[in-house]
Amino acid sequence: MIQRLRRRVTGTTVAMWIIGLVILTGVIYGAVTSLASAQYPPKVWVDLIVFGIAQGSVYALIALGYTMVYGILRMINFAHGEVFMAGAFIGYFIATALDKSGFLDQNFIVSEALIFLGAMTVSATIAVLLERIAYRPLRRAPRLVPLITAIGASFFLQYTFRGFFGSGIKAYPEAEQLKGTITILGINILKTQALVIVAAIVMLIALYIFVQRTKTGRAMQAVSEDKDAASLMGIDVDRMIVITFLVGGALAGAAGVLFSTLFRQVFFLTGFIPGLKAFTAAVLGGIGNVAGAMVGGLFLGIAESLFPNLVLGGLGIPAPYQLKDALAFLLLVLVLIFRPTGILGERLSTKKA
Amino acid sequence: MAATTASLSMNAKPANRWSSPIKVGLLGGTVAIYLSLVGILTALANRAVITGVISLGQVILLGVYVMFGYMAAQRAAAGQDKAPVAWCLVSGALAGLITSVFLVALVVIAPLINLRSIFINASPELWDLLTFGLGVPAGLLVLLVVGLVVGALSAGLFLLPNRIRRSVGLGLAAIPIVSILNSSLFAGRGLSPIGALVTFVVATVIAYLWQPARSVVSQRVGALPTKQQRVVVTAAYIALGVFVLLLPLLGPYPAEILDTVGIYVLMGLGLNIVVGFAGLLDLGYVAFFAIGAYTVGVLTSPEIQWLGVHLTWWEALPFAVLVGTLAGVILGIPVLQMRGDYLAIVTLGFGEIIRLIFLSDWLKPWLGGSNGITRIPRAIKATEGGLSDQQILFYVILAGILIAIFVATRLKYSRLGRNWMAVREDEDVAQAMGIDLVKTKLAAFATGAAFSALSGAIFASKLTSIYPHSFNLLVSINVLAVIIVGGLGSIPGVIVGALVLVGLPELLREFAEYRLLVYGAVLVFMMLKRPEGLVPEARRKLELHEEQGSLAE
Repeated sequence: MIQRLRRRVTGTTVAMWIIGLVILTGVIYGAVTSLASAQYPPKVWVDLIVFGIAQGSVYALIALGYTMVYGILRMINFAHGEVFMAGAFIGYFIATALDKSGFLDQNFIVSEALIFLGAMTVSATIAVLLERIAYRPLRRAPRLVPLITAIGASFFLQYTFRGFFGSGIKAYPEAEQLKGTITILGINILKTQALVIVAAIVMLIALYIFVQRTKTGRAMQAVSEDKDAASLMGIDVDRMIVITFLVGGALAGAAGVLFSTLFRQVFFLTGFIPGLKAFTAAVLGGIGNVAGAMVGGLFLGIAESLFPNLVLGGLGIPAPYQLKDALAFLLLVLVLIFRPTGILGERLSTKKA
Repeated sequence: MAATTASLSMNAKPANRWSSPIKVGLLGGTVAIYLSLVGILTALANRAVITGVISLGQVILLGVYVMFGYMAAQRAAAGQDKAPVAWCLVSGALAGLITSVFLVALVVIAPLINLRSIFINASPELWDLLTFGLGVPAGLLVLLVVGLVVGALSAGLFLLPNRIRRSVGLGLAAIPIVSILNSSLFAGRGLSPIGALVTFVVATVIAYLWQPARSVVSQRVGALPTKQQRVVVTAAYIALGVFVLLLPLLGPYPAEILDTVGIYVLMGLGLNIVVGFAGLLDLGYVAFFAIGAYTVGVLTSPEIQWLGVHLTWWEALPFAVLVGTLAGVILGIPVLQMRGDYLAIVTLGFGEIIRLIFLSDWLKPWLGGSNGITRIPRAIKATEGGLSDQQILFYVILAGILIAIFVATRLKYSRLGRNWMAVREDEDVAQAMGIDLVKTKLAAFATGAAFSALSGAIFASKLTSIYPHSFNLLVSINVLAVIIVGGLGSIPGVIVGALVLVGLPELLREFAEYRLLVYGAVLVFMMLKRPEGLVPEARRKLELHEEQGSLAE
């Protein structure tokens, strides 16, 4: 028994667990110190959590695109962040046009509907074109080939947008209706954050119903389960893949609009870091798992907004906010090492698809 | 592949024979509008290819016509024993005309709907370029005629016999290339019309004569006894070596470009081991580059006081390589248990973490934060009246490249190299054959990291100052593009890839903004059309064709 255990526990595993323990101790120590020092009033923590939920729901929407594509094709659609960025750009252009004519403030609901519609359409189109032009011919190629293609497509899209629309950071207009705060359960929430959270929840529910209840959604699940069997059952696999890209793209487009509403700036690299973080969220929740993407997104959003002050601040690291991106990536690495299955989900990272 | 050809031949039915050139024309029009609005044409409009006659922007526009006119002719002749001459010409002309119609529509409509408020490049300069400076009605007519004529001419090019077609094509391509080299390195302006004509004629004639001569030469050499053959090959290598040694003498500016290319070759050789030999897609390669550069910086710069050590560059070099290798092992252990695409993302994450840590205020007292480290000594100081710093550095880089080529070649044909290839092809089978996966992968990762750190050390000496911003993800992507374009696993491919992807853009400074756009497009294109690269490695080509074979079944 002990011998078998000894054979399974190699030096690497022990080293990994020691690293894990050190990190865990650091996290707990940091959190306790910064809470005990009472450097920030409780209100700050609440605000940070609300902000974390808002950005987390954006991550969740993007993560769904990664997760659904991974579930169906077993490939990381590296260019998905750029699909999201396209949504943010289109949203910006429509919003600016509406803002200039004064329509945005007069007919807020109609304007937002137009913005979302435009952004989602364009993003979905780009996602479908990507699949058609760049990924479909490579479906049976060695695994690295489509990944490299996706990386290429990602840079191509980024710099195409830069060429088209310039490299400056564009300020997303703010509607009158979104200024100020509302109070829910005694907590003051910025109206933009409330809009983001509500919109994300509506879309997540809609997607959940689509995937679970409709015939197309079930067909998509079947294809992600087993492509060959699904096609024997009379499901058009190519069509399901296109629909997956379409839905994922539309959600990313919506996420683009929400992201720019939240941060109020858009530029050609907008998609890169959120794209990586959304991928992290997808892995965190368990890639290939739709509910997991939502959980992972929220977890990452909250962790990212809370941890720099809570943990790094407590450890006495100056300017902890600079390290929030590094923290997100560190989380990704740690999850892949210690729990490759994610919070919910099957083990895929070491399994051959 | 098979499916696309089938659908093409279906379109070529006589009933709708017009649809093929029209489709090509629509594609051409889309590409032309894309290039116009993305700004490439205007960015290159100030670079004269033939002074006073044509700019590089216009040459690229003509290139679009040539490409699609040629393509239309190709499709018109598809599936027929003898190309129908008239129909090919008509197809080419039609495709060119449709492309022009798109551009005309753009020029006419854009000002009406104030396109410039969205697309920043929809500017008067663009209209000027597209109408050849002749203004709206006249220029548009010229544009249509140019489309028609160039389309038909390129279709005509397709109809020429092989040998002449290749020679003329090379001759035409030689004009912008010679002009760019000339204006970037020496004269600062384009060729004169006579110069262009001479270039064209000389290049065409050389190409024409060289084509049969090449096979004769290789035949004659092949007929020699083995010993003499070896002498010929050695002589060729020596000639090449002397040529390379003389290159930096062109001047300090060409030497600087060569240095940049050289650093990329060195990094490419290292990444080639990781990605090309062992099949591990490492997107965090820049991390080791940064670690190498920072190690040298910390050990040599008089600015860094906390360590109390101020070595020379040469003394610091082994430490840089050592630290880089160690970092490769330490980062490698956790990530190498993952497969393909996860590995890519995790290494990317590591690369960003390293950069963000170098950038943060947290380690500022030790690593300089956003101010970086300055006053790093050069490898060899330039002496008064001798070669410049950049010229000397080239020889240092060259030495590094030679070592890297030697190591990479030896490793490739060693037991370890064969293990790498086995792991690349199928991990499970490799493991079943008794290969220790983690050790094998770790060896690749660490060797790659060592080369990356070496390049980082040289980079630090080249610039004498380093900032965290120099070490972003784009460096990893550039190196990846270099080795993919050259051919994964192929050592000469790395050099070709670096010359094409790093050397050319360095010559064309105004093109810098579009470098990554082109890299992205090139990556996609290469993966779709020529995954084995420009200078393919024999073994890998075989693997990829095996894949295609199974696809065709």
